[in-house]
Amino acid sequence: MNKKKLSVRLRQHWQLYLMIAPAFLYIAIFHYIPIYGLLGAFENYKPYKGYFGSDWVGLQHFKKFFNTNAFATVVPNTIKLSLYGLIAGFPLPIILAICLNYVPSLRFKKLVQNITYAPHFISLVVLVSILQNFLGANYGLVNNVREAMGMSRELFLSSPKLFPHFYVWSGVWQGVGWGSIIYISALAGVDPSLHESARIDGASILQRIRHIDIPSILPLAVTMLIMNTGHIMSVGFDKVYLMQNSLNLTSSEVISTYVYKQGLGSAQYGYATAVGLFTAIVNLIMLLTVNTISKRLSETSIW
Amino acid sequence: MRKIIHNDKIFTVFNYILATLFLLIALYPLWYVVICSISGISAIVTGRVWIIPQSITFAGYKKMLEQKEIWTGYKWTILYTLVGTSINLTFTIPAGYALTRKTLPFRRAINMYFMLTMFIGGGLIPTYLWMDRLHLVNTFWILVLMGAVSVWNMIICRTFFENNIPGELIDSAKIDGASEIGIFAKIVLPLSKSILAVMTLFFAVGHWNSYFTALIYLRDRTRQPLQLVLRTLLLTSQLMTEGTNEMLNQNMIDLQNMKYCVVIAASLPVLMLYPFIQKYFVKGVMIGAVKG
Repeated sequence: MNKKKLSVRLRQHWQLYLMIAPAFLYIAIFHYIPIYGLLGAFENYKPYKGYFGSDWVGLQHFKKFFNTNAFATVVPNTIKLSLYGLIAGFPLPIILAICLNYVPSLRFKKLVQNITYAPHFISLVVLVSILQNFLGANYGLVNNVREAMGMSRELFLSSPKLFPHFYVWSGVWQGVGWGSIIYISALAGVDPSLHESARIDGASILQRIRHIDIPSILPLAVTMLIMNTGHIMSVGFDKVYLMQNSLNLTSSEVISTYVYKQGLGSAQYGYATAVGLFTAIVNLIMLLTVNTISKRLSETSIW
Repeated sequence: MRKIIHNDKIFTVFNYILATLFLLIALYPLWYVVICSISGISAIVTGRVWIIPQSITFAGYKKMLEQKEIWTGYKWTILYTLVGTSINLTFTIPAGYALTRKTLPFRRAINMYFMLTMFIGGGLIPTYLWMDRLHLVNTFWILVLMGAVSVWNMIICRTFFENNIPGELIDSAKIDGASEIGIFAKIVLPLSKSILAVMTLFFAVGHWNSYFTALIYLRDRTRQPLQLVLRTLLLTSQLMTEGTNEMLNQNMIDLQNMKYCVVIAASLPVLMLYPFIQKYFVKGVMIGAVKG
């Protein structure tokens, strides 16, 4: 290895740095600089005074958040929705992948794959529209059928009790096919000689699934689970916000929508920043914890 | 042995049923919107529209074509998608390639710099306030710049280049006196058409489907993308559906019929391209999973 001086090596590579520069600058401006705005979480932040001119309030915003009624609903709502989504969304892609792995007709397999991937490509606005088409009070299919059968029309989409189910299962519908892709490729990578010798020993398909397929995709499944656990406190804003209405708010208000309303709706910048910061910290702790546990248990880690 | 073969046959039958179920469940909601968009509302409300369209009408489509917002929404969405995707590609792909070059000083540090953004960030409010200070709020540029670099996609690119571009090729080009940018443009890019397709589609579909950035950063209603127009429509009809249960007037009926049509109009470009592009998408996911 030739030990050229660093300045020489830097100059030699200027064109490569030029290729990285746009992304580097973008990340600096749009991602790293806003981090110093987290100072606002400890201030009575006023935009015209700036981060260094606003009054310092210490942990007051955090204390306020922990003592509001919102804390008692928003945090449990968030955790409930993401845990429910995690549990409901986890096994189905694996089941679909294993199912397709044992479909003998290649054409049928391709057909199922193509159709089940499609929902992944529609927008969330469209997804929520479709939910309305099925569950809306005046035009929804379920209510149309109920009325035709002599039952009353119900406000399904305004029910706080039903909201988590609609939220989670519409997400499962949208994600199951797409989520199965990596499992399908993992199953395709299983050593065929394992299956061959198992077959010679007289193992049925079900036995081969249990003793060959499932163990070989388990590490991947654990990794996926870890990655998702890191977001347990961040239920995406986009879909919840679309599905919210004044009647289901008791179960549909989550941290991200709360931050949006407090911050941009009511201009309580410092407070909303504090809530956001709290969420981010919990997420990071969760990710590290789950990763450590899984390292101990199965030697699977995301790094 | 015979018993096992018998069991496997039963399994295969059930397996086919299960796969068919997956297929129907994925397909039906989409199909239902299609048949509703050309069915009369009275047939829909009485629960007669199930599998095939009833009392066929194109009133919804006609009304949709009369709406100015839909056309401007389309126009802006196309603009945001074209410009946004171009920015995405120029920011992400060259950087992803440069980071595969092992001789690059500080390569690991730069990699870390990008990776860390997946774990830490300012969050919504600090980012918003900073964009406001930069006078980017309520401009065209915020919509095409937000998310211009996707670190995840950059990793996918990096993995692709690492596994598909032989190092000797680059070394020999360097001996021949080619510049780094020349190598990238003339040798690497022509060998990377599939990843270019994957990335273009990832980014384009992302722009096409997004409404969040516009909701937060765009106050000017005349430049709303299609998804936001659709959302407004969704909310107005939601108020009607969840609010009163009284007489349906003609305007409301048309509006409802139009809602199905707009859903289709908003998804049509993606779903029409879908059969051609889906294999690239799958490829992208696979490349990502290698390193994932």
